Amino acid sequence: MEILVCVKRVPTVGGKISLTADGQQVDTRMSGFTISPHEECAVEEAVQLTERLGGTVTVLTLGPPEAADQVRDCMALGAGAGVLLEAGDQEWGPMATADAIAWNVARLTEVSGGYDLLLFGNEAADTGDYQVPVRVAHKLGLPCVTGIKHLEVQGTDAGDGQRIRASREYRGQRESFDLPLPAVVSVKEGINLPRYPSLPGRLRAKRAAIERVSPPWHADGVRTLGLRLPDLQQQNARVLGAGTEAVPALLELLDELGVLS
Amino acid sequence: MTVLCLVEPDATAGAGLADASLRALALAGRLAESGGESLAAALAGEPTPDQLAALGSAGVTDVHAITSPRLSGYAPAAFGRSIAGLLPVAAPAAIIAAATDHGSEVMAHLGAIIGLDLVANCVEATWSDAGGCALVRYRWAGSLLEDAVLDTSPALLTVATDAPGSAPTVAAGGAPKVHQFEPELADSDLLAEATESAVGGGAVSLATARVVVGGGRGVGGPEGFAPLEELADLLGGVVGVSRVVTSQGWRPHRQQVGQTGTKIAPELYLACGISGAIQHMAGCQAAKHLVAINTDPDAPIMSRADYAVIGDLSQIIPALVAAIRARS
Repeated sequence: MEILVCVKRVPTVGGKISLTADGQQVDTRMSGFTISPHEECAVEEAVQLTERLGGTVTVLTLGPPEAADQVRDCMALGAGAGVLLEAGDQEWGPMATADAIAWNVARLTEVSGGYDLLLFGNEAADTGDYQVPVRVAHKLGLPCVTGIKHLEVQGTDAGDGQRIRASREYRGQRESFDLPLPAVVSVKEGINLPRYPSLPGRLRAKRAAIERVSPPWHADGVRTLGLRLPDLQQQNARVLGAGTEAVPALLELLDELGVLS
Repeated sequence: MTVLCLVEPDATAGAGLADASLRALALAGRLAESGGESLAAALAGEPTPDQLAALGSAGVTDVHAITSPRLSGYAPAAFGRSIAGLLPVAAPAAIIAAATDHGSEVMAHLGAIIGLDLVANCVEATWSDAGGCALVRYRWAGSLLEDAVLDTSPALLTVATDAPGSAPTVAAGGAPKVHQFEPELADSDLLAEATESAVGGGAVSLATARVVVGGGRGVGGPEGFAPLEELADLLGGVVGVSRVVTSQGWRPHRQQVGQTGTKIAPELYLACGISGAIQHMAGCQAAKHLVAINTDPDAPIMSRADYAVIGDLSQIIPALVAAIRARS
Protein backbone atom coordinates (compact mmCIF):
# COMPACT_ATOMS: atom_id res chain seq x y z
CA MET A 1 0.00 0.00 0.00
CA GLU A 2 1.47 3.34 -1.08
CA ILE A 3 0.69 6.14 1.37
CA LEU A 4 1.51 9.83 1.21
CA VAL A 5 1.45 11.74 4.51
CA CYS A 6 1.46 15.53 4.35
CA VAL A 7 2.87 17.46 7.31
CA LYS A 8 3.61 21.11 8.15
CA ARG A 9 6.52 22.63 10.04
CA VAL A 10 5.18 24.70 12.96
CA PRO A 11 6.89 26.37 15.94
CA THR A 12 7.09 24.41 19.17
CA VAL A 13 5.01 26.52 21.52
CA GLY A 14 4.89 25.91 25.27
CA GLY A 15 3.64 28.12 28.07
CA LYS A 16 3.88 31.40 26.20
CA ILE A 17 3.59 32.60 22.64
CA SER A 18 5.46 35.73 21.54
CA LEU A 19 5.37 37.72 18.36
CA THR A 20 8.07 39.33 16.25
CA ALA A 21 8.36 43.13 16.66
CA ASP A 22 6.43 43.76 13.41
CA GLY A 23 3.56 41.56 14.64
CA GLN A 24 3.62 39.46 11.49
CA GLN A 25 4.88 36.16 12.86
CA VAL A 26 5.39 34.02 15.92
CA ASP A 27 8.83 34.73 17.36
CA THR A 28 10.73 31.47 16.97
CA ARG A 29 14.14 32.62 18.16
CA MET A 30 13.68 30.78 21.46
CA SER A 31 11.68 27.79 20.20
CA GLY A 32 12.24 24.81 18.03
CA PHE A 33 10.03 23.42 15.31
CA THR A 34 7.83 20.37 15.10
CA ILE A 35 4.75 19.10 13.27
CA SER A 36 1.19 19.28 14.58
CA PRO A 37 -0.17 16.61 16.96
CA HIS A 38 -2.80 15.39 14.46
CA GLU A 39 -0.02 14.96 11.88
CA GLU A 40 2.13 12.89 14.25
CA CYS A 41 -0.85 10.54 14.37
CA ALA A 42 -1.19 10.56 10.57
CA VAL A 43 2.45 9.45 10.27
CA GLU A 44 1.93 6.73 12.91
CA GLU A 45 -1.23 5.49 11.20
CA ALA A 46 0.55 5.29 7.84
CA VAL A 47 3.51 3.41 9.31
CA GLN A 48 1.21 0.95 11.08
CA LEU A 49 -0.75 0.33 7.86
CA THR A 50 2.38 -0.42 5.82
CA GLU A 51 3.75 -2.62 8.60
CA ARG A 52 0.58 -4.69 8.29
CA LEU A 53 -0.07 -4.49 4.55
CA GLY A 54 3.33 -3.78 3.02
CA GLY A 55 4.17 -0.77 0.86
CA THR A 56 5.86 2.55 1.52
CA VAL A 57 5.11 5.71 3.41
CA THR A 58 6.23 8.94 1.74
CA VAL A 59 6.27 12.12 3.84
CA LEU A 60 5.75 15.44 2.11
CA THR A 61 6.00 18.97 3.39
CA LEU A 62 5.85 22.43 1.87
CA GLY A 63 8.19 24.84 3.57
CA PRO A 64 11.64 26.42 3.88
CA PRO A 65 14.81 24.33 3.40
CA GLU A 66 14.88 23.73 7.19
CA ALA A 67 11.57 21.85 6.95
CA ALA A 68 13.72 18.91 5.80
CA ASP A 69 14.26 18.41 9.58
CA GLN A 70 10.57 17.62 10.04
CA VAL A 71 10.61 15.26 7.06
CA ARG A 72 13.58 13.45 8.64
CA ASP A 73 11.78 13.30 12.00
CA CYS A 74 8.93 11.48 10.23
CA MET A 75 11.36 9.20 8.40
CA ALA A 76 12.89 8.26 11.75
CA LEU A 77 9.44 6.96 12.71
CA GLY A 78 9.27 4.64 9.71
CA ALA A 79 8.45 6.68 6.61
CA GLY A 80 10.57 5.40 3.72
CA ALA A 81 10.73 8.44 1.46
CA GLY A 82 10.63 12.21 1.86
CA VAL A 83 9.66 15.12 -0.37
CA LEU A 84 10.24 18.81 0.34
CA LEU A 85 8.19 21.23 -1.74
CA GLU A 86 10.30 24.37 -1.59
CA ALA A 87 8.23 27.35 -0.53
CA GLY A 88 10.75 30.02 -1.54
CA ASP A 89 9.96 33.52 -0.26
CA GLN A 90 6.24 33.36 -0.99
CA GLU A 91 3.33 33.26 1.45
CA TRP A 92 1.44 30.03 0.85
CA GLY A 93 -2.25 30.13 1.65
CA PRO A 94 -4.30 26.96 1.96
CA MET A 95 -5.41 27.05 -1.71
CA ALA A 96 -1.87 27.41 -3.06
CA THR A 97 -0.67 24.74 -0.61
CA ALA A 98 -3.35 22.29 -1.72
CA ASP A 99 -2.63 23.01 -5.38
CA ALA A 100 1.10 22.39 -4.82
CA ILE A 101 0.42 19.06 -3.08
CA ALA A 102 -2.04 17.95 -5.80
CA TRP A 103 0.45 19.08 -8.47
CA ASN A 104 3.15 16.94 -6.91
CA VAL A 105 0.87 13.91 -6.49
CA ALA A 106 -0.13 14.16 -10.16
CA ARG A 107 3.55 14.47 -11.13
CA LEU A 108 4.55 11.42 -9.06
CA THR A 109 1.57 9.42 -10.30
CA GLU A 110 2.98 9.71 -13.81
CA VAL A 111 6.44 8.68 -12.64
CA SER A 112 5.66 5.90 -10.18
CA GLY A 113 1.98 4.95 -10.13
CA GLY A 114 0.69 7.20 -7.37
CA TYR A 115 -0.74 6.57 -3.94
CA ASP A 116 -3.54 4.44 -2.51
CA LEU A 117 -4.07 6.76 0.43
CA LEU A 118 -3.28 10.39 1.19
CA LEU A 119 -3.19 11.10 4.93
CA PHE A 120 -3.26 14.50 6.61
CA GLY A 121 -3.72 15.90 10.09
CA ASN A 122 -7.20 17.39 10.55
CA GLU A 123 -5.80 20.92 10.86
CA ALA A 124 -2.43 22.53 11.43
CA ALA A 125 -1.72 23.75 14.97
CA ASP A 126 -0.77 27.27 13.87
CA THR A 127 -3.14 28.44 11.13
CA GLY A 128 -5.92 25.88 11.68
CA ASP A 129 -7.30 26.33 8.16
CA TYR A 130 -9.29 23.03 8.10
CA GLN A 131 -9.32 22.76 4.31
CA VAL A 132 -6.09 21.62 2.64
CA PRO A 133 -7.00 17.87 2.54
CA VAL A 134 -10.47 18.58 1.09
CA ARG A 135 -9.03 20.89 -1.57
CA VAL A 136 -6.38 18.30 -2.52
CA ALA A 137 -9.12 15.66 -2.85
CA HIS A 138 -11.16 17.86 -5.20
CA LYS A 139 -8.10 18.69 -7.32
CA LEU A 140 -7.35 14.99 -7.72
CA GLY A 141 -10.98 13.87 -8.02
CA LEU A 142 -10.76 11.64 -4.93
CA PRO A 143 -13.26 11.04 -2.11
CA CYS A 144 -12.36 12.61 1.24
CA VAL A 145 -13.26 12.30 4.90
CA THR A 146 -11.89 14.45 7.74
CA GLY A 147 -11.50 14.28 11.51
CA ILE A 148 -11.11 10.49 11.48
CA LYS A 149 -10.45 8.67 14.77
CA HIS A 150 -10.58 5.06 13.53
CA LEU A 151 -9.36 3.67 10.21
CA GLU A 152 -9.44 0.16 8.78
CA VAL A 153 -8.35 -1.05 5.36
CA GLN A 154 -10.51 -3.82 3.94
CA GLY A 155 -8.96 -6.22 1.45
CA THR A 156 -5.25 -6.91 1.23
CA ASP A 157 -4.61 -6.41 -2.46
CA ALA A 158 -3.70 -2.88 -3.42
CA GLY A 159 -5.56 -1.59 -6.41
CA ASP A 160 -9.04 -2.66 -7.45
CA GLY A 161 -11.51 -3.42 -4.72
CA GLN A 162 -9.55 -2.22 -1.71
CA ARG A 163 -11.65 0.01 0.52
CA ILE A 164 -11.38 1.83 3.80
CA ARG A 165 -13.75 2.09 6.69
CA ALA A 166 -13.23 5.32 8.58
CA SER A 167 -15.14 6.62 11.57
CA ARG A 168 -15.32 9.50 13.99
CA GLU A 169 -17.62 10.73 16.72
CA TYR A 170 -19.73 13.78 16.21
CA ARG A 171 -22.04 15.12 18.93
CA GLY A 172 -22.68 11.76 20.55
CA GLN A 173 -23.06 9.77 17.33
CA ARG A 174 -20.53 7.57 15.58
CA GLU A 175 -20.27 8.45 11.89
CA SER A 176 -18.81 5.67 9.72
CA PHE A 177 -17.72 6.09 6.12
CA ASP A 178 -17.00 3.32 3.64
CA LEU A 179 -14.78 4.62 0.83
CA PRO A 180 -13.07 3.21 -2.25
CA LEU A 181 -9.33 3.81 -2.58
CA PRO A 182 -7.54 5.93 -3.54
CA ALA A 183 -8.90 8.41 -1.02
CA VAL A 184 -7.89 11.41 1.09
CA VAL A 185 -8.29 11.07 4.86
CA SER A 186 -7.48 13.57 7.60
CA VAL A 187 -7.07 12.18 11.10
CA LYS A 188 -7.28 13.53 14.62
CA GLU A 189 -5.09 12.90 17.62
CA GLY A 190 -6.35 9.89 19.54
CA ILE A 191 -6.58 7.61 16.48
CA ASN A 192 -3.38 5.98 17.80
CA LEU A 193 -0.52 6.57 20.20
CA PRO A 194 2.50 7.69 18.15
CA ARG A 195 5.74 5.83 18.79
CA TYR A 196 9.05 7.42 19.67
CA PRO A 197 11.81 7.24 17.07
CA SER A 198 14.33 4.42 17.45
CA LEU A 199 18.06 5.03 17.26
CA PRO A 200 18.44 3.01 14.01
CA GLY A 201 15.47 4.95 12.66
CA ARG A 202 17.15 8.25 13.45
CA LEU A 203 20.41 7.16 11.84
CA ARG A 204 18.61 5.94 8.72
CA ALA A 205 16.66 9.20 8.47
CA LYS A 206 19.79 11.28 8.88
CA ARG A 207 21.35 9.70 5.80
CA ALA A 208 18.17 9.46 3.71
CA ALA A 209 17.85 11.41 0.49
CA ILE A 210 15.01 13.95 0.40
CA GLU A 211 13.60 14.92 -2.95
CA ARG A 212 13.36 18.70 -3.38
CA VAL A 213 10.91 20.18 -5.85
CA SER A 214 9.72 23.74 -6.57
CA PRO A 215 5.97 23.75 -7.15
CA PRO A 216 4.09 26.58 -8.89
CA TRP A 217 2.82 29.30 -6.53
CA HIS A 218 -0.20 31.57 -6.67
CA ALA A 219 -1.53 34.29 -4.39
CA ASP A 220 -4.74 33.79 -2.46
CA GLY A 221 -7.52 36.23 -1.58
CA VAL A 222 -6.68 36.62 2.10
CA ARG A 223 -4.39 39.45 3.18
CA THR A 224 -3.02 39.09 6.70
CA LEU A 225 -2.65 42.51 8.30
CA GLY A 226 -1.00 41.26 11.47
CA LEU A 227 -1.13 39.02 14.51
CA ARG A 228 -1.84 40.01 18.08
CA LEU A 229 -2.31 38.44 21.48
CA PRO A 230 -5.87 38.31 22.78
CA ASP A 231 -6.74 40.34 25.88
CA LEU A 232 -6.75 37.41 28.26
CA GLN A 233 -6.95 38.58 31.77
CA GLN A 234 -3.36 38.08 32.85
CA GLN A 235 -3.68 37.89 36.57
CA ASN A 236 -1.94 36.59 39.59
CA ALA A 237 -3.83 33.69 41.08
CA ARG A 238 -5.01 34.27 44.63
CA VAL A 239 -2.90 31.80 46.60
CA LEU A 240 -5.06 29.89 49.07
CA GLY A 241 -2.06 28.42 50.82
CA ALA A 242 0.67 25.83 50.58
CA GLY A 243 0.40 22.07 50.90
CA THR A 244 -2.34 20.36 52.91
CA GLU A 245 -2.67 23.45 55.11
CA ALA A 246 -4.59 24.99 52.22
CA VAL A 247 -7.27 22.28 52.31
CA PRO A 248 -9.74 24.16 54.58
CA ALA A 249 -9.55 27.24 52.34
CA LEU A 250 -9.97 25.06 49.27
CA LEU A 251 -12.97 23.34 50.83
CA GLU A 252 -14.52 26.72 51.63
CA LEU A 253 -13.98 27.83 48.01
CA LEU A 254 -15.65 24.68 46.63
CA ASP A 255 -18.58 25.35 48.96
CA GLU A 256 -18.82 28.97 47.75
CA LEU A 257 -18.82 27.81 44.13
CA GLY A 258 -21.66 25.44 44.96
CA VAL A 259 -19.94 22.30 43.70
CA LEU A 260 -20.17 20.36 46.97
CA SER A 261 -23.31 18.30 46.80
CA MET B 1 -27.69 41.23 -1.11
CA THR B 2 -27.78 38.75 1.71
CA VAL B 3 -25.53 36.91 4.14
CA LEU B 4 -26.17 33.17 4.13
CA CYS B 5 -25.50 31.15 7.29
CA LEU B 6 -25.47 27.35 7.33
CA VAL B 7 -26.99 26.03 10.55
CA GLU B 8 -27.10 22.67 12.31
CA PRO B 9 -29.78 21.32 14.62
CA ASP B 10 -29.09 20.94 18.31
CA ALA B 11 -27.79 17.48 19.15
CA THR B 12 -30.76 16.98 21.46
CA ALA B 13 -33.66 15.76 19.35
CA GLY B 14 -36.60 18.14 19.12
CA ALA B 15 -34.64 21.17 20.27
CA GLY B 16 -33.65 24.22 18.25
CA LEU B 17 -30.23 25.01 16.84
CA ALA B 18 -26.73 24.02 17.94
CA ASP B 19 -25.03 26.56 20.20
CA ALA B 20 -22.19 26.89 17.66
CA SER B 21 -24.76 27.71 14.96
CA LEU B 22 -26.29 30.44 17.13
CA ARG B 23 -22.84 31.99 17.51
CA ALA B 24 -22.28 31.76 13.74
CA LEU B 25 -25.68 33.40 13.20
CA ALA B 26 -24.72 36.19 15.59
CA LEU B 27 -21.55 36.93 13.58
CA ALA B 28 -23.46 36.59 10.29
CA GLY B 29 -26.07 39.03 11.63
CA ARG B 30 -23.42 41.57 12.61
CA LEU B 31 -21.81 41.27 9.15
CA ALA B 32 -25.18 41.68 7.39
CA GLU B 33 -25.94 44.72 9.53
CA SER B 34 -22.61 46.33 8.60
CA GLY B 35 -23.54 46.06 4.92
CA GLY B 36 -27.28 46.72 5.20
CA GLU B 37 -27.94 43.16 3.99
CA SER B 38 -30.57 40.62 4.88
CA LEU B 39 -29.78 37.41 6.72
CA ALA B 40 -30.66 34.00 5.27
CA ALA B 41 -30.03 30.50 6.56
CA ALA B 42 -29.63 27.08 4.98
CA LEU B 43 -30.03 23.71 6.65
CA ALA B 44 -30.30 20.05 5.76
CA GLY B 45 -33.91 18.84 5.85
CA GLU B 46 -37.08 20.54 6.99
CA PRO B 47 -36.73 23.07 9.83
CA THR B 48 -38.70 22.29 13.00
CA PRO B 49 -40.94 24.98 14.57
CA ASP B 50 -38.32 25.48 17.31
CA GLN B 51 -35.61 25.98 14.71
CA LEU B 52 -37.73 28.45 12.76
CA ALA B 53 -38.37 30.41 15.94
CA ALA B 54 -34.65 30.48 16.75
CA LEU B 55 -33.83 31.58 13.19
CA GLY B 56 -36.52 34.28 13.28
CA SER B 57 -35.27 35.75 16.52
CA ALA B 58 -31.72 35.80 15.13
CA GLY B 59 -33.02 38.06 12.35
CA VAL B 60 -33.20 35.46 9.57
CA THR B 61 -35.81 36.33 6.92
CA ASP B 62 -35.31 33.43 4.49
CA VAL B 63 -34.55 29.77 5.15
CA HIS B 64 -33.39 27.36 2.46
CA ALA B 65 -34.34 23.79 3.34
CA ILE B 66 -32.06 21.40 1.44
CA THR B 67 -33.58 18.03 0.70
CA SER B 68 -32.67 15.34 -1.81
CA PRO B 69 -34.01 11.83 -2.37
CA ARG B 70 -30.40 10.84 -3.05
CA LEU B 71 -29.24 11.79 0.47
CA SER B 72 -29.92 9.36 3.29
CA GLY B 73 -27.27 10.63 5.71
CA TYR B 74 -24.65 13.27 6.13
CA ALA B 75 -22.42 13.48 3.05
CA PRO B 76 -19.86 16.32 3.26
CA ALA B 77 -19.13 16.72 -0.48
CA ALA B 78 -22.86 16.57 -1.31
CA PHE B 79 -23.61 19.36 1.18
CA GLY B 80 -20.81 21.46 -0.27
CA ARG B 81 -22.28 20.83 -3.74
CA SER B 82 -25.76 21.74 -2.47
CA ILE B 83 -24.62 25.11 -1.17
CA ALA B 84 -22.78 25.75 -4.45
CA GLY B 85 -26.07 25.01 -6.25
CA LEU B 86 -27.91 27.41 -3.97
CA LEU B 87 -25.66 30.37 -4.89
CA PRO B 88 -27.60 31.49 -8.00
CA VAL B 89 -30.83 31.30 -5.97
CA ALA B 90 -29.69 33.03 -2.76
CA ALA B 91 -27.02 35.32 -4.32
CA PRO B 92 -25.14 35.77 -1.01
CA ALA B 93 -22.35 38.29 -0.41
CA ALA B 94 -20.98 35.93 2.26
CA ILE B 95 -21.49 32.32 3.29
CA ILE B 96 -20.87 31.48 6.92
CA ALA B 97 -20.95 28.30 9.02
CA ALA B 98 -19.92 27.34 12.54
CA ALA B 99 -16.45 25.78 12.64
CA THR B 100 -17.79 22.45 13.86
CA ASP B 101 -16.47 19.24 12.26
CA HIS B 102 -19.41 19.33 9.85
CA GLY B 103 -19.36 23.07 9.22
CA SER B 104 -15.61 23.16 8.59
CA GLU B 105 -15.64 20.29 6.11
CA VAL B 106 -18.78 21.39 4.24
CA MET B 107 -17.29 24.87 3.81
CA ALA B 108 -13.97 23.35 2.65
CA HIS B 109 -15.86 21.33 0.02
CA LEU B 110 -17.76 24.44 -1.03
CA GLY B 111 -14.53 26.44 -1.31
CA ALA B 112 -12.92 23.68 -3.38
CA ILE B 113 -15.97 23.33 -5.65
CA ILE B 114 -16.35 27.02 -6.41
CA GLY B 115 -12.59 27.72 -6.25
CA LEU B 116 -12.71 30.44 -3.59
CA ASP B 117 -10.77 31.14 -0.41
CA LEU B 118 -12.18 30.12 2.95
CA VAL B 119 -11.15 31.78 6.20
CA ALA B 120 -11.53 29.49 9.21
CA ASN B 121 -12.35 30.23 12.86
CA CYS B 122 -13.38 33.89 12.61
CA VAL B 123 -14.61 35.77 15.66
CA GLU B 124 -15.43 39.10 14.00
CA ALA B 125 -16.33 40.16 10.46
CA THR B 126 -17.45 43.48 8.95
CA TRP B 127 -17.54 44.85 5.42
CA SER B 128 -14.58 47.16 5.03
CA ASP B 129 -15.03 50.67 3.59
CA ALA B 130 -11.93 49.96 1.49
CA GLY B 131 -13.61 46.89 0.03
CA GLY B 132 -13.50 43.26 1.11
CA CYS B 133 -14.41 41.66 4.39
CA ALA B 134 -12.38 42.71 7.44
CA LEU B 135 -11.88 39.73 9.73
CA VAL B 136 -10.48 38.70 13.06
CA ARG B 137 -9.71 35.00 13.22
CA TYR B 138 -8.11 32.52 15.58
CA ARG B 139 -4.65 31.20 15.19
CA TRP B 140 -3.31 28.55 17.55
CA ALA B 141 -6.92 27.79 18.55
CA GLY B 142 -7.42 31.28 19.93
CA SER B 143 -4.05 31.79 21.65
CA LEU B 144 -3.33 34.33 18.89
CA LEU B 145 -5.60 36.55 16.81
CA GLU B 146 -5.06 37.42 13.16
CA ASP B 147 -6.43 40.58 11.55
CA ALA B 148 -7.04 39.97 7.86
CA VAL B 149 -8.98 41.13 4.83
CA LEU B 150 -10.70 38.70 2.48
CA ASP B 151 -11.05 40.11 -1.03
CA THR B 152 -13.03 37.38 -2.80
CA SER B 153 -16.79 37.30 -3.34
CA PRO B 154 -18.78 35.64 -1.97
CA ALA B 155 -16.73 35.66 1.24
CA LEU B 156 -16.52 32.18 2.78
CA LEU B 157 -16.02 32.07 6.56
CA THR B 158 -16.30 29.66 9.43
CA VAL B 159 -16.94 30.98 12.93
CA ALA B 160 -15.08 29.72 16.02
CA THR B 161 -17.40 27.54 18.09
CA ASP B 162 -16.66 29.70 21.15
CA ALA B 163 -16.95 33.04 19.33
CA PRO B 164 -18.92 35.71 21.19
CA GLY B 165 -22.60 35.09 20.48
CA SER B 166 -24.06 38.47 21.34
CA ALA B 167 -27.82 38.91 21.36
CA PRO B 168 -29.59 39.14 18.01
CA THR B 169 -29.29 42.55 16.43
CA VAL B 170 -32.77 42.39 14.88
CA ALA B 171 -35.95 42.33 16.93
CA ALA B 172 -37.99 39.18 16.34
CA GLY B 173 -39.63 39.92 13.03
CA GLY B 174 -41.95 37.00 12.62
CA ALA B 175 -41.35 33.59 11.10
CA PRO B 176 -38.85 33.38 8.26
CA LYS B 177 -40.01 32.30 4.83
CA VAL B 178 -39.02 28.72 3.99
CA HIS B 179 -37.78 27.89 0.48
CA GLN B 180 -37.36 24.29 -0.62
CA PHE B 181 -34.15 23.50 -2.46
CA GLU B 182 -33.33 20.20 -4.15
CA PRO B 183 -29.69 20.16 -5.26
CA GLU B 184 -28.28 18.42 -8.30
CA LEU B 185 -25.73 15.90 -7.03
CA ALA B 186 -23.10 13.88 -8.86
CA ASP B 187 -22.37 10.25 -7.96
CA SER B 188 -18.91 11.32 -6.78
CA ASP B 189 -20.53 13.66 -4.22
CA LEU B 190 -22.03 10.62 -2.51
CA LEU B 191 -18.89 8.45 -2.24
CA ALA B 192 -18.40 9.60 1.35
CA GLU B 193 -21.73 9.33 3.14
CA ALA B 194 -21.95 8.74 6.89
CA THR B 195 -23.78 5.88 8.54
CA GLU B 196 -24.71 6.95 12.04
CA SER B 197 -24.78 4.73 15.09
CA ALA B 198 -25.13 5.46 18.78
CA VAL B 199 -22.01 5.70 20.88
CA GLY B 200 -22.27 3.81 24.15
CA GLY B 201 -21.95 5.79 27.32
CA GLY B 202 -24.26 7.81 29.46
CA ALA B 203 -21.37 8.99 31.62
CA VAL B 204 -20.95 12.71 32.25
CA SER B 205 -19.35 14.20 29.15
CA LEU B 206 -16.11 16.15 29.47
CA ALA B 207 -17.39 18.90 27.17
CA THR B 208 -20.47 19.61 29.28
CA ALA B 209 -19.28 18.63 32.79
CA ARG B 210 -19.95 21.17 35.55
CA VAL B 211 -16.73 20.23 37.33
CA VAL B 212 -13.53 19.00 35.73
CA VAL B 213 -10.59 17.76 37.81
CA GLY B 214 -7.53 18.04 35.58
CA GLY B 215 -4.34 16.02 35.86
CA GLY B 216 -1.04 16.75 34.14
CA ARG B 217 2.56 15.65 34.20
CA GLY B 218 2.65 16.34 37.94
CA VAL B 219 0.34 13.38 38.59
CA GLY B 220 3.46 11.30 37.94
CA GLY B 221 2.01 8.18 36.34
CA PRO B 222 -1.12 6.19 35.59
CA GLU B 223 -1.55 5.08 39.21
CA GLY B 224 -1.67 8.70 40.39
CA PHE B 225 -5.13 9.30 38.91
CA ALA B 226 -7.16 7.31 41.47
CA PRO B 227 -7.43 10.22 43.96
CA LEU B 228 -8.36 12.60 41.12
CA GLU B 229 -11.12 10.21 39.99
CA GLU B 230 -12.37 9.97 43.57
CA LEU B 231 -12.45 13.77 43.91
CA ALA B 232 -14.22 14.17 40.56
CA ASP B 233 -16.86 11.63 41.67
CA LEU B 234 -17.43 13.49 44.93
CA LEU B 235 -17.92 16.76 43.02
CA GLY B 236 -20.19 15.21 40.37
CA GLY B 237 -17.55 15.89 37.73
CA VAL B 238 -15.09 14.10 35.50
CA VAL B 239 -11.33 13.85 35.10
CA GLY B 240 -9.63 15.68 32.23
CA VAL B 241 -5.94 15.47 31.39
CA SER B 242 -3.21 17.37 29.56
CA ARG B 243 -1.59 16.18 26.34
CA VAL B 244 1.54 14.82 28.01
CA VAL B 245 -0.65 12.42 30.00
CA THR B 246 -2.22 10.90 26.89
CA SER B 247 0.99 10.86 24.85
CA GLN B 248 2.64 8.95 27.72
CA GLY B 249 -0.26 6.51 27.53
CA TRP B 250 -1.25 7.15 31.18
CA ARG B 251 -4.86 7.95 30.24
CA PRO B 252 -6.95 7.57 27.07
CA HIS B 253 -7.12 10.44 24.59
CA ARG B 254 -10.87 10.96 25.11
CA GLN B 255 -9.98 12.57 28.46
CA GLN B 256 -7.63 15.11 26.90
CA VAL B 257 -8.46 18.80 27.34
CA GLY B 258 -6.92 21.20 24.84
CA GLN B 259 -6.42 22.31 21.26
CA THR B 260 -6.29 18.74 19.93
CA GLY B 261 -8.59 17.28 22.58
CA THR B 262 -11.88 18.44 24.07
CA LYS B 263 -12.79 22.05 24.80
CA ILE B 264 -14.40 22.33 28.24
CA ALA B 265 -16.56 25.03 29.83
CA PRO B 266 -17.16 23.94 33.44
CA GLU B 267 -18.15 26.02 36.45
CA LEU B 268 -14.92 24.82 38.10
CA TYR B 269 -11.71 23.52 36.56
CA LEU B 270 -9.34 22.21 39.22
CA ALA B 271 -6.05 21.81 37.34
CA CYS B 272 -3.61 19.58 39.23
CA GLY B 273 0.03 19.32 38.19
CA ILE B 274 -0.64 21.10 34.90
CA SER B 275 1.91 23.75 33.86
CA GLY B 276 -0.43 25.51 31.43
CA ALA B 277 0.93 25.19 27.89
CA ILE B 278 -1.05 27.36 25.48
CA GLN B 279 -2.42 24.28 23.70
CA HIS B 280 -3.96 23.18 27.00
CA MET B 281 -5.26 26.62 27.94
CA ALA B 282 -6.98 26.89 24.52
CA GLY B 283 -9.18 24.01 25.69
CA CYS B 284 -10.13 25.38 29.11
CA GLN B 285 -10.37 29.16 28.63
CA ALA B 286 -14.16 28.95 28.91
CA ALA B 287 -13.96 27.57 32.49
CA LYS B 288 -15.74 29.99 34.87
CA HIS B 289 -13.35 29.37 37.76
CA LEU B 290 -9.85 27.99 37.44
CA VAL B 291 -8.03 26.64 40.48
CA ALA B 292 -4.45 25.44 40.02
CA ILE B 293 -2.62 23.05 42.30
CA ASN B 294 1.04 23.04 41.45
CA THR B 295 4.44 22.74 43.12
CA ASP B 296 5.78 25.55 40.93
CA PRO B 297 4.47 29.01 41.88
CA ASP B 298 5.90 30.35 38.61
CA ALA B 299 4.17 27.89 36.29
CA PRO B 300 2.43 29.64 33.34
CA ILE B 301 -0.97 28.46 34.60
CA MET B 302 -0.60 30.75 37.65
CA SER B 303 -1.14 33.82 35.47
CA ARG B 304 -4.42 32.37 34.20
CA ALA B 305 -5.79 30.78 37.38
CA ASP B 306 -8.21 32.52 39.74
CA TYR B 307 -6.93 30.61 42.77
CA ALA B 308 -3.86 28.53 43.48
CA VAL B 309 -2.57 26.08 46.03
CA ILE B 310 1.19 25.63 46.01
CA GLY B 311 2.21 22.11 46.83
CA ASP B 312 2.25 18.42 46.05
CA LEU B 313 -1.05 17.22 44.62
CA SER B 314 -0.39 13.67 45.82
CA GLN B 315 -0.82 14.98 49.39
CA ILE B 316 -3.33 17.76 48.80
CA ILE B 317 -5.93 15.80 46.79
CA PRO B 318 -6.28 12.86 49.25
CA ALA B 319 -6.51 15.39 52.12
CA LEU B 320 -9.22 17.31 50.24
CA VAL B 321 -11.11 14.07 49.54
CA ALA B 322 -10.93 13.16 53.23
CA ALA B 323 -12.13 16.64 54.21
CA ILE B 324 -15.12 16.46 51.85
CA ARG B 325 -16.02 12.99 53.15
CA ALA B 326 -15.72 14.16 56.76
CA ARG B 327 -18.06 17.03 56.00
CA SER B 328 -20.97 14.92 54.76
